[in-house]
Amino acid sequence: MNTIIKKDFPFFNNNDIVYLDSAATSQKPQIVLDKMQEYYTQYCANTHRGEHELGDKATTEFENSRDYIAKFIGANTDELVFTKGTTEAINFVASSFVKSRFTKVFLSELEHHSNIVPWQLQGLEIVVLPLDKDLNINLEEYEKLLRLNPKSFVSITHVSNSFGIINPIKKLINIAHKYECLILIDGAQALAHLRIDVKDLDADFYAVSAHKAYGPTGIGALYGKYALLESMSPYQGGGSMITEVSFKKSSYLKPPLRFEAGTQAIAEVIGFKAALKYLFTLKQTQKEEDILLKYAKEKLQGLSRIQLYTQAENVLGNISFNIKGVHHNDIGILLSKQSIMLRTGHHCAMPIMKKLGIKGTIRLSFALYNTKEDINKTIQAIQKAIHLLTKNKGDKSASK
Amino acid sequence: MPQNKISKEIKQLADELELFDDVMDKYEYIIELGRALHVLNEKYKTTTNLVQGCQSQVWLHEYEKEGKLYFEADSDALIVKGLVQILIRIYSAHSSKEILDINTALLEELHLSEIISSGRQNGIASMIQKIYTYARQDNDKK
Repeated sequence: MNTIIKKDFPFFNNNDIVYLDSAATSQKPQIVLDKMQEYYTQYCANTHRGEHELGDKATTEFENSRDYIAKFIGANTDELVFTKGTTEAINFVASSFVKSRFTKVFLSELEHHSNIVPWQLQGLEIVVLPLDKDLNINLEEYEKLLRLNPKSFVSITHVSNSFGIINPIKKLINIAHKYECLILIDGAQALAHLRIDVKDLDADFYAVSAHKAYGPTGIGALYGKYALLESMSPYQGGGSMITEVSFKKSSYLKPPLRFEAGTQAIAEVIGFKAALKYLFTLKQTQKEEDILLKYAKEKLQGLSRIQLYTQAENVLGNISFNIKGVHHNDIGILLSKQSIMLRTGHHCAMPIMKKLGIKGTIRLSFALYNTKEDINKTIQAIQKAIHLLTKNKGDKSASK
Repeated sequence: MPQNKISKEIKQLADELELFDDVMDKYEYIIELGRALHVLNEKYKTTTNLVQGCQSQVWLHEYEKEGKLYFEADSDALIVKGLVQILIRIYSAHSSKEILDINTALLEELHLSEIISSGRQNGIASMIQKIYTYARQDNDKK
C-alpha cells in the first residue's frame, strides 16, 4: 500500500533514495506543490489589503486554509495564529505571554532545543521534570512538582523527536490544570502521526509545523485558547495587524490577525491546508506506519551490538539507536553513501543525550511513504557499514 | 604557486583517492587510514586542541622538532580519523614556512569535504585552519 503512496511524492520518482529522515522534514506530495503553484500562477496577490478581486480570492483561500487547519486540530478558526513553525510559535508564547506572567517554566528532559532556548532567551528559569528508565515522564514527580509550584507554566512535547516517546498529554494537561498551571504542547512530531483535538486535550497552547506533516517549510501555527490570545500583546508590529496607527499610538486587531504582522507566507499557508487534506485521506494507513515501526525495531534488535534506549511501547514515528563501539556519524556517512538518508547526532536534544551519557544516536524516522523494503535495504546497509567499521585488519601499510 | 614536497603529497593522495570506482571501497580505504592513525596521548585531548565545528570530536596536537612541525590527532569517529590522517600525511614533518607557502585551494583536488557530511559548520575547513594557525604561531616565533 505504501508503494502506492510513494507515487504521490514526486521526490521519489527519479531516484532510489530511502528516505528515513521525515522527523526532520517530510517529502511533499504533488498536490501540495500544485496548490502552491496554483496560487502563484492564478491568483497571486497580497491578502487582507485592497479591494481588487485577486486580493479577495487570495484572502479567501488564505482564511479558508486557516479554517481547515484549525478544524483539523479541533480548534476554532480565530484561535489559530500562523507562525514560521513550532519554533516561532514557542518563541512567541515565551515573549508575548510567559515572560510577563511567570518566572519559571517546567519542561521534561526529553525536550527539543526549540522548547528550551526560547524560555532561556526570555530570562525564565527552567525546572526539569525527570524521566523514568524508559524515558517516560515520571507522573508522580510531575504532580509533586506542580503541587509545590501551583500557577506555573509547563511546556512539554507531545511526541519526542529523538526517541519517539508519546507523552500522556491529556493526563499531563489535566494535572497541570488541577494546580492552576497553564500548559503548552509542542506538537511538531505529533501532527503527521496522531489525531489531535486541542479541545478534547484541553491544551492552553499547541504548536505545530507544516513541513513535518507533508506541507511546505516556513509555515506552522500556534493554537491558543481565545481568552489567552486576547490577553497577549503583539509579538511583532507591522502591516495588517492594526486598527489605527498614528505617530503617538497604535491600536491592534483582535487575534489571530493581531499576531500576523506583515505579508504572510500565503502560498505556504495554502500548501499547509493541502498537506493536511492529503493526510486526512490517508488516515486509515496510520496503522501501517505503526506496523512498519515495529518491523524496523524487530530487525534492528537482530543486529549484534545494538543499543536501544527505550523499551516503551508508547512510541511513534522514530527509533533511535547506537551500535556499541561504533560512532554514529560513521554509520550515518556510510548509509548516506548507500542512498539511505537518516539523521545521526544529537537531534537538537542535547540534554537528553547528556543524561544518557551519549553524544548522539542514529535515528530512523518514518512517514506514510516508507515501506518494508526501505527497512530491509537500511538493515543491509547498516550491516555493511558495521562490517567496514569493525573488521580488524590492523593494516598499518595504509598509513605509510 | 611554489611547488614543494607538500604539494607533491597532495597530488599523490588525490591520485590514490581517485583510484576507487566503488565509493564504498574508497571509504574502506579512508577507514583503514583512520585505524592506522598514531594513538594520541590522552593528555593532549585538551580543549585547546579540540577542533571546533566538527560533528564528532577531533583533537589536533602539534609539536616542533628540529625546525619541523609534527601533527598528531584523534577522533571518536573513524572516518574523520581517516581524514585527519590524510591531512597529517600532507602537513606533518614540514617547516611552518613550507606549510604556509601552500595555498589551501590545492586541497580542493582531494574533495575532502565531500567525504563527511557537512553540518552547519565545515569540520574539514576547521581542521585545515587549525594546522595553518599552528604554522603561523610557529612562524611568528622565529
